[in-house]
Amino acid sequence: MNYEELLVQTASADERFVVMTAENRALVRSAPKLLGKRFIDTGITEQTMIGMAAGLALRGRIPVVHALAPFLTMRAYEFIRTDVGIAHLPVKLSGYIPGFLSDGNGPTHQAIEDVAIMRGIPGMEVFCPADEDDLVRMLPAIWQSDAPSYVRINHKQGNYTHTDFEKGKAEIISEGSDVTLLTYGFLFNNALEAKQLLEKEGLSVGLVNMRSLKPVDEACIIRCAANSKLLVTIEDHLQTGGLYSIVAETLVNQPHKATIFPMALKERWFRPGSLNEVLAFEGFTPNAIAATILKQL
Amino acid sequence: MTKNKLAELMARSLKVREHIIRMTAGGGCFIGASLSCVELMVYLYSELLNIDADDLQNPARDYLFLSKGHDVPALYGTLAELGFIETARLQQHLLAADSVYWHPNRNIPGVEFHSGSLGHLPAVAAGVALDCKLKDQPNQVMVITGDGELNEGSVWESLLVANAYQLNNLTIIVDRNQFQANIRTEELIPLEPLADKFAAFGCAVRTVDGHDLSQLEATFKTLPFSDNKVNVVIANTVRGKGLPSIEARADRWFCAFNDNEILQLLEELHGNKEAIIESESLTVR
Repeated sequence: MNYEELLVQTASADERFVVMTAENRALVRSAPKLLGKRFIDTGITEQTMIGMAAGLALRGRIPVVHALAPFLTMRAYEFIRTDVGIAHLPVKLSGYIPGFLSDGNGPTHQAIEDVAIMRGIPGMEVFCPADEDDLVRMLPAIWQSDAPSYVRINHKQGNYTHTDFEKGKAEIISEGSDVTLLTYGFLFNNALEAKQLLEKEGLSVGLVNMRSLKPVDEACIIRCAANSKLLVTIEDHLQTGGLYSIVAETLVNQPHKATIFPMALKERWFRPGSLNEVLAFEGFTPNAIAATILKQL
Repeated sequence: MTKNKLAELMARSLKVREHIIRMTAGGGCFIGASLSCVELMVYLYSELLNIDADDLQNPARDYLFLSKGHDVPALYGTLAELGFIETARLQQHLLAADSVYWHPNRNIPGVEFHSGSLGHLPAVAAGVALDCKLKDQPNQVMVITGDGELNEGSVWESLLVANAYQLNNLTIIVDRNQFQANIRTEELIPLEPLADKFAAFGCAVRTVDGHDLSQLEATFKTLPFSDNKVNVVIANTVRGKGLPSIEARADRWFCAFNDNEILQLLEELHGNKEAIIESESLTVR
């Protein structure tokens, strides 16, 4: 089952759901036909869409709203924070093409601060699926919750069958004593391949799919920092405010022996291009990730 | 409107103004913008809106959203006069133990949504109105905006969308008191011809004297103004209405008065001599 099928199935079974978009229909092509008036396209109006979603939620609806991640989280930020956040309404934000997935669009379309700003809203939950399988596993719990949420949508096919989702729990792929890779979202698959490359070098390598960034699995982070010499955070996000910051916030008052090394975007937007070009240029191919980590050991 | 009804509503408006004046104590409030929308609040809550103080979550109720927000003393005064909240609660103004502060919030019975950041509630109200339409329910959904608030692009964006969805159960009421915070609207970001602007955005527009209760009734009783358009009522009002000493003055936006001044203002409200105000007004809050 993919995102769209799950969404339509969920909304068809439960009248509370409405599907909204600021004219970004990529993920919801079949919704107009299948959901009728419960598909609401507000046009290119992210602020109005969020305000209306808050109004619909006040009336007992559960709006699942769609827009490109940068415009959803930033153009409409104050509406999310003020109308959805303060009222703690169950508005479900689906941000499309976050991080590197905006590939050739350029910096206007790069949501690389979305985790930072969305987790800064009290009560807002933040989820970052590794691939479509992970996405579809997490959505039922997210959509049925009373909390507002932001999902960094990643509908790419992966090569990994994930475990069932539990909010606030990381998915531990492996534990390792030399290095542990903490990652989320689209880069999971490259981190998985990098792990295999590092293991060929004889290293004991841990890998964690953080998937639930808020609430975050603090116990997992603390355990990894106790068991590994090196922790590497890997994210297609600014270094400020994302997973590296979350790990720092978690460990700053905990005894830990691990060194923490960030792989992220430091104070800059990434070089636009086709996805493989971006990954190569920015150093996030499996080989590049492995090589960067080897230098740290 | 019958003479008796008119007298009743005018008396209630006077009471609401007294509450507003008293709320300038102990830290002050946005008195000017509150006094300008008193008749609107009193008329809507007393005569038009189907909202039962004892059944505030009834999904069939009408909705009123205060989008400008800082006029909330007028709402609280009205809610107190109509029994939604205890009058004593207004004396909790700005006490951390209660939730009676400068902007509306849902801890106060009768407040449908918080506001204060301008240009939000037209969109929120459009969502409520759309849901009423989806459920085929006859609720009316009203929003009171300031005129300065119309600087915010989100107001106009919301109107585009609300008209696309033909929300004729949604009414935007502009408290046209001619002032934004510190200056006349026409001196800063001119709004006129305002009715034409709303009409150009697809709305059905009426203009009324916002202090004339009979006119308010004559206008609101004809809602909806069309089969498929958002209704807009431009209510021409006077900032600070009822207190000649502060009426239509740019420097009487947010005021904190001392006890003596409040007593004088209450006298002035009842037609006695004008108050002599020595407290400095804040123009920025």
